[in-house]
Amino acid sequence: MKSSSPLKWFATREGLYFVALAVLLVVLLPLALDPFRLNMVGKYLTYAFVAIGLVMCWGKAGILSLGQGVFFGLGGYCMAMFLKLEASTPEATAIQSTPGIPDFMDWNQLTELPWFWEPFHSFSFTLLAVIGVPVLLAFVIGFAMFTRRVGGVYFAIITQAIAAILTILIIGQQGYTGGVNGITDLQTLNGWDIRTDEARTILYFVCVGMLFLCLFVARLVQNRKLGRILVAMNAQENRVRFSGYDVAAFKIFVFCLAAAFAGVGGAMFTLIVGFMSPSFIGIVASIEMVIFCALGGRLSILGAVYGALLVNAAKSGFSESFPELWPFAMGALFIGVVLAFPNGLAGLYQTYVMPLEDKIFKRNKGAQLEAKPAEKAAEPKPTAEKTPDYDPMIDSYSPEKS
Amino acid sequence: MDTTDQAANGRSFGKGLGLKKSLMTLAASVMLATSAQAAVPATAEVNTTGLAVTDDTVTVGILHSITGTMAISEIGSVQAEKLAIDQINASGGVLGRQIEFVQEDGASDWPTFAEKSRKLLRQDNVAAIFGAWTSASRKAVLPVIEQYNGMLYYPTFYEGLEQSPNVVYTGQEATQQILASIDWAAETKGAKSFYLLGSDYIWPRTSNKIARKHIEDKLGLKVSGEEYYPLGHTQFNSVINKIKLRKPDVIFASVVGGSNVAFYKQMKAAGIDFTDEKPLLLTISVTEDEIRGIGGENVDGIYASMKYFQSLDNPNNKEFVAAFKEAYGDDMVIGDVTQAAYLGPWLWKAAVEKAGSFDIDKIREEFAGIEFTKAPEGYVRIHENHHLWSKTRIGQAQPDGQYKVVYETEELMEPDPFPEGYQ
Amino acid sequence: MFDGYTSSELMSIFAMQGFAGLSLFSVFVLMALGLAIIFGQMGVINMAHGEFMILGAYTTYLTSGFFQSYLPSLFGGYFFVAMVLAFLICAALGAFVEWLMIRRLYHRPLDTLLATWGLSLIMQQAYRSIFGAREVGVDLPEWMMGAIQVTDLVELPINGLFVMIIALSIAVGVYFLMYRSGYGKKVRAVVQNRPMAEAVGINSAGIDRATFALGCGIAGVAGAAFTMIGSTGPSSGQAYIVDTFLVVVFGGAQSLIGTIVSAFGISQAQSTMEFFLSGSMAKVLTLLVVVGILMLRPEGLMALKVRR
Repeated sequence: MKSSSPLKWFATREGLYFVALAVLLVVLLPLALDPFRLNMVGKYLTYAFVAIGLVMCWGKAGILSLGQGVFFGLGGYCMAMFLKLEASTPEATAIQSTPGIPDFMDWNQLTELPWFWEPFHSFSFTLLAVIGVPVLLAFVIGFAMFTRRVGGVYFAIITQAIAAILTILIIGQQGYTGGVNGITDLQTLNGWDIRTDEARTILYFVCVGMLFLCLFVARLVQNRKLGRILVAMNAQENRVRFSGYDVAAFKIFVFCLAAAFAGVGGAMFTLIVGFMSPSFIGIVASIEMVIFCALGGRLSILGAVYGALLVNAAKSGFSESFPELWPFAMGALFIGVVLAFPNGLAGLYQTYVMPLEDKIFKRNKGAQLEAKPAEKAAEPKPTAEKTPDYDPMIDSYSPEKS
Repeated sequence: MDTTDQAANGRSFGKGLGLKKSLMTLAASVMLATSAQAAVPATAEVNTTGLAVTDDTVTVGILHSITGTMAISEIGSVQAEKLAIDQINASGGVLGRQIEFVQEDGASDWPTFAEKSRKLLRQDNVAAIFGAWTSASRKAVLPVIEQYNGMLYYPTFYEGLEQSPNVVYTGQEATQQILASIDWAAETKGAKSFYLLGSDYIWPRTSNKIARKHIEDKLGLKVSGEEYYPLGHTQFNSVINKIKLRKPDVIFASVVGGSNVAFYKQMKAAGIDFTDEKPLLLTISVTEDEIRGIGGENVDGIYASMKYFQSLDNPNNKEFVAAFKEAYGDDMVIGDVTQAAYLGPWLWKAAVEKAGSFDIDKIREEFAGIEFTKAPEGYVRIHENHHLWSKTRIGQAQPDGQYKVVYETEELMEPDPFPEGYQ
Repeated sequence: MFDGYTSSELMSIFAMQGFAGLSLFSVFVLMALGLAIIFGQMGVINMAHGEFMILGAYTTYLTSGFFQSYLPSLFGGYFFVAMVLAFLICAALGAFVEWLMIRRLYHRPLDTLLATWGLSLIMQQAYRSIFGAREVGVDLPEWMMGAIQVTDLVELPINGLFVMIIALSIAVGVYFLMYRSGYGKKVRAVVQNRPMAEAVGINSAGIDRATFALGCGIAGVAGAAFTMIGSTGPSSGQAYIVDTFLVVVFGGAQSLIGTIVSAFGISQAQSTMEFFLSGSMAKVLTLLVVVGILMLRPEGLMALKVRR
């Protein structure tokens, strides 16, 4: 996979999968959908950030976090705080008893901006915080847990409790956080109105761009030695430890990486949807994020994107036409994915579509492959001689782990 | 096209004063509607902003959660709004046009509310939106409604602190619900001390803030405790002990949702009989709807402060309750919010007809002073701050799950979403 | 904050508050015991635990309706019938679920979490379709409603006492079943070393199914008991999940005694803090302390000394 030239990489099978996703997101969907639907796709994509993080952290390294909503929410809140301060100019809030602070603070008798809001006047600080705050929290949690070798189920439950705590805190401290209503009525980003159709379309493309950035970072990690250590850790943690690797450090790293992705997703969510509220942080939201990843294929970063898109599109579609049936469908999806195809769509693709592809691939080696279906994608299964450092068999789901 | 031209011929329908007065009785308005059929004003005249108005229909939007956790609360509002629309259509519609509605599901999810309101305004070009229930959903749709200059009719009693030119608030804001009831408890029941208790979110906290200011600053009485529990909390033994220790005269409760069941059951089990009124329990959150889940025997004797109870004894309400039960079944109960939702379409109709146009900007000019004399709660009038003048009533819960009205303010309470001295 | 109260008043309040803590304790024990068996002994994370409890609550609701209509004279005792029915129905469903999905997932504990979460969604929607979205009120017989007047101020709620007795009896029952019976020995054998247990002739699949069913049955009884103090609605079960898991994990997952100790600790901490702070803050602080301790001592309070 270490292609000598980046251009050549696009002609490899993995490169083509990325191209196919790019064509779908950048060309096909914007052409086919009106701004309203496109905005909804943009919202779904913000969840894909979380799903990619979960692939790295759960799929590869075996750390299941049920609190990804926390990081998503923190990223989103950081962005929302910046936008809210921008919307709360002294002129716009002249009717308040303390002009210049967000409206909900005024209603809660705050007479000055709390100290932790102050830095969010700065856009560059905000961008830093969007990634920094989730990563910092992830580091603290990860450091405390992984150095004591807490893992698996325990980790899942503790992250879930953290999601619960944060939700109660945000709702209860409404003077500082906007409470259950969240931070609403966000209007401009550095003077640019984010509520117009053009702005929404641009934000959609920004979101797609950020998504690809995250995908490339994830790909970089998984194709390096680092990624292979993560996978090895998942399969045989002790052997990795006895080989002299600091398992905890790798776990902390990948957990922070996932938190960073989630934070970026949350910030994009705030921009695209126009507000942030505690309902995206809680337990239910966090577990739903896991299913996006599980459906797409817990080992495939591209699958995660398709998983997030498909589950959310199905949710909108189903709940519009058969609201009663949606929870049944969602429940069945969870059970079905786990029982019948634990590697998700990517796994199905690998089993059923790839052999067909192989034939075409061999016949037209080097030729164009535009005809390839863009609907499903999966991890590349590079031919062995090309990439000795990447063995797809390591990645296939191994039930033997303790 | 022909009918439009005919109707447009020189008729100045704009003021529609005759129509409004004849709303006094449904029958009369049906008669008028038939006569008004010939006098339908031209579409081009009543709709200059591209709303979904044709020669014989006008489209409005209904936006509530019919799935998810809020569905249980919002269903009554949907029913009431549909009932009002049906009745208006039966009586000839609005400006001679039958109301059609597009219903969207907010799915108890605030971004969905925002998306659907955008769809209603952008794709369906609805002339009005009846909907939203929780404060969070209203806050989510508000920027959208303001951006596209729509008009939302919002039915729930809420915390105030808001006054959008694009919203009509048909429920009570906090001061209307609270001030009169605390005065009542102090004067009629001689209450000296109050214990404020609520679920932990914006509405109870704001309400209790207003209540505390009123109790301490205006009446010079005592607040012996103020306490919040997370939404969905089910263990209230500690607060019950505190109440027993501090012996307040009144428990002022704004607990919502599933917590209510636990709270009232545990109060009762702890030996507090509300009919003794020691302490007296005054709630602003338990409507007849909620009592169905809590069980009438568990709330027997509590007092609620609302603007509407199903048991209100007036001809309008009898008609309304009968119509509601006929439409949706005899076992229906109607709470405060359901009635407020029913007002929405009627107030919109009155405003449209007074303005002689569906245009949002023209309607907005006419809101102040619009009245609805057929309101089940009696009589309401729109204040220039887009809230309603309405009476506040105190009801005492009966074991059968209904409230017996024990007190009603003499005058209409003035809505005051930004109350001076209470912030 | 105690100014102006007589010492007898204070004494009574402390007694009452102690009782409040105890009844919270028994609620936690009831919630956690079923889970402690399923999670602690089998390693299965049953996210549908709350929904099994609500199934027990709905069973109680139906039973009370049945007694009211057909056997009004026996209404006073319907609750005992309801508890037995709740146990049987939940255990039967539990066995079915184990057969359908759990048995395929024993080697993938994190996946049981997802699958049972899916199950919980399905169960919730089923309740909504069958019983309606609204909470149902469960009528209680008169004798369960009131309170026992101990002194002027001290009143003990009868239903609270009743929940306590149920919790205690189930805890004792589970203890004997797990530590003093042949079945319990087999369960522990399978937990500790499955291949070895199978080698000595233990039917491990059967043991698994029975254990899962037992845990679900206890959840059902807990649900039945909770109709006395809480709400019964399609999504009420979700409210219990975080607390329940924390109690079990905090106690040290494989130790039933640990579960009881942790339930006691958490309930006392929470109810004491509730008395001095606002309810919301008490909840946040309790959770924070528990999570904090778990970070320092991840194996829980009473862990078996096992090298992992």
